[in-house]
Amino acid sequence: MSLFIDILSWASLVAGGLFCIVGAVGMLRMPDFYTRMHAASVVDTLGAGFILFGLLLQAGFTLVAVKLLMIGALLLFTSPTAGHALSRAAFERGLKPLLADEAKS
Amino acid sequence: MFAAAALALLVTLLLVIVRAALGPSVFDRVLAANTIGTLAMLLLSVFGFMTGRPEFLDLVLVYGLLNVIGTVAVLKFFRYGNLGDDGDPAASSEPPPRAGT
Repeated sequence: MSLFIDILSWASLVAGGLFCIVGAVGMLRMPDFYTRMHAASVVDTLGAGFILFGLLLQAGFTLVAVKLLMIGALLLFTSPTAGHALSRAAFERGLKPLLADEAKS
Repeated sequence: MFAAAALALLVTLLLVIVRAALGPSVFDRVLAANTIGTLAMLLLSVFGFMTGRPEFLDLVLVYGLLNVIGTVAVLKFFRYGNLGDDGDPAASSEPPPRAGT
């Protein structure tokens, strides 16, 4: 049972790392600010979620697990808030989405 | 296995720093700074587990709170031009560029 939990936790950590790299590559390669925000949200949700879940399995039923859950809840609340503020500020500043002209016509 | 996750996080951090240096608009840089903060949180927690000292998670909590406050403060600064705007037009030398919320 301990081995099973270890394997699950390791797979989760590696998956989280892969999702983080995928999100960063998206942030580099995407053509537009809004699409870059879309790629950056992968790091905040799937990458952080998988890594925190892997650490949670290593921690067991301790106070450390409670702290990890609190960190996860903090990310879950603050990441959409920051993303919403950022996209709204960019849109009101006049930053147009890349395909705005095609969508209008 | 913690080292593999930490290495992946470091590679991610490198790519995001490249985006922050390249970023054509200021919002790209703010987005990259926000992501760097999230990655620092994850890296701190993984590092704490790697060295057998999970007390680092307290630092991670504080860092996360500072991260979101910093992002929102920078955005407010770029939107209004100052941080202590109380709605008094005489207090600021210049009216805010966008008055509507």
